[in-house]
Amino acid sequence: MKSGRFWAWFVFLLGAAYFFIPLIATIEFSLRMRRGVYSFDAYKVVLGDSQFQATFMFSVIVAVFTILLGVLIVVPTAYWIRLRLPQIRPIVEFITLLPLVIPAIVIVFGYIRMYGSNSPLPFLGSNLGANALLVIGYAALALPYMYRAVDTGLRTIDVRTLTEAAQILGAGWGTIITRVILPNVLIAVLSGAFLTFAIVIGEFTMASLLNRPAFGPYLQNLVANRAYEPAALSIIAFIITWGCMSLIQILSRFAPKSANRPN
Amino acid sequence: MTDLSLSNKAIAGKTAPPAEARSLRLPTQWLGVTPFFVFAVMFLILPTLYLMLGAFQNEAGEFTFANIVALFSANIVAAYWISIKVSLASSLIGAFAGLAIAIAIVRGGLPNWIRSATLTFSGVASNFAGVPLAFAFIATLGRLGLVTVLLNTLIGLNLYAHGFNLLSFWGLTITYVYFQIPLMVVIIVPAIDGLKREWAEAAATLGATQAQYWRMVVIPVLWPSFLGTVILLFANAFGAIATAYALTGSSLNIVPILLYAQIRGDVLHNAHLGYAIAFGMIFITGLANIFYIWFRTRSERWLK
Repeated sequence: MKSGRFWAWFVFLLGAAYFFIPLIATIEFSLRMRRGVYSFDAYKVVLGDSQFQATFMFSVIVAVFTILLGVLIVVPTAYWIRLRLPQIRPIVEFITLLPLVIPAIVIVFGYIRMYGSNSPLPFLGSNLGANALLVIGYAALALPYMYRAVDTGLRTIDVRTLTEAAQILGAGWGTIITRVILPNVLIAVLSGAFLTFAIVIGEFTMASLLNRPAFGPYLQNLVANRAYEPAALSIIAFIITWGCMSLIQILSRFAPKSANRPN
Repeated sequence: MTDLSLSNKAIAGKTAPPAEARSLRLPTQWLGVTPFFVFAVMFLILPTLYLMLGAFQNEAGEFTFANIVALFSANIVAAYWISIKVSLASSLIGAFAGLAIAIAIVRGGLPNWIRSATLTFSGVASNFAGVPLAFAFIATLGRLGLVTVLLNTLIGLNLYAHGFNLLSFWGLTITYVYFQIPLMVVIIVPAIDGLKREWAEAAATLGATQAQYWRMVVIPVLWPSFLGTVILLFANAFGAIATAYALTGSSLNIVPILLYAQIRGDVLHNAHLGYAIAFGMIFITGLANIFYIWFRTRSERWLK
């Protein structure tokens, strides 16, 4: 067992070195903008860049709409399947897994061909339409994660009893979903939301191919043209991802403990 | 609670409305899932089908295999080949390294905080891809990267003089591994947790050595979820584009970058050949995922 523990430490430290050295190298590089001394100049330049602020705000707004659309599609569906249509669960689960099978670049390629400005549904004919299509595309990308999060949340509550109790008290379907079901799975929805946010905020492929002024293409452009600013932005992106994941961890502590076994 | 809802179900079953009344209710029954299906058909299934059908049509809309045959030209085969090599190498390295780390933190007798810290970090790193990741590796192993410079000044080892290049097969693989290992850790740790203590005790009672316990219990139980995750990692790397694009521009000819260039500017001068490349990508990741689902259902049987 002694040697076992030695190997465990060895593997762990080796892994830690692989994961931390690139981060350290990036931090070190990001601080070197002023010749000879370490400084936060790169961060100041990046955060003060109006294009950074504009693209970042754009991506944040897109992420918020993506989350809203995802919740709007996933929560009623997952609820209804638990309550009334358990027989179509395999079909729905299969569809939610599709975005893992179909690469994002293929999905967006399909959009460009199907919803171009000459098509019956010309999403790409206007700015607003293209933004909407980007939100839709991101909601499709996030579908596997959102659905799984919400479905796991629903598993921990007694959907049928809650619904019947609400109905006895005279609630309609809208009230049941927004005031009974949603608050009960709010933590699950929020962890799906933060994961969606982490995926959307730096996404490059869809935003670039739909010509949207998002954060991902801006980053890409910066890497090609600048030296120190991309390093600072990489660190900022890492901190944002880290923040989202920590929030999910913290939220999961508040999630109701279930008698059913989650898997 | 359970009893109540069960008896409710029984009562509901007994007083079920006659067939006509039920068929009247059918439309509202399906109304609840309509938005989902409309969304899925319009924005997932139809766009994909459109490309897949387009792969088997020529410019005039007639059925043809010419686009699929054209996929086998040297340039495109080379792109698929390097994509498959990078995906396979990064998924295998990621899977074995991830498994080793998972076993170390679950079974290695390390302090408890290391386990939770590693899991949190894995959640972050598995989502840390694209441009920032590419830049982190440029800052580490690029020509002026920290490790490149340190190796050169400290022990006089010049990586680039020895043929290493970040903008190559190995450079891309070592970068992809950064999100592959954490993904493996996140998925495989619950599977290792699922190994019941009773199995180890039962094996020990029957006189098994530690090696026999691993060979006859642990490996057969973990095998399906391990293999399944390798396949998921493969598909994950195969569809990735942002990291490679930021790292190599268009100098490394992998399939997603080829398709990206085709969508941007029709570099192949044949729109339907672009559809065929998309079809080929779905074919490969689809095949991989069919195996994944098959292995996962097999492994879940044990971990219940």
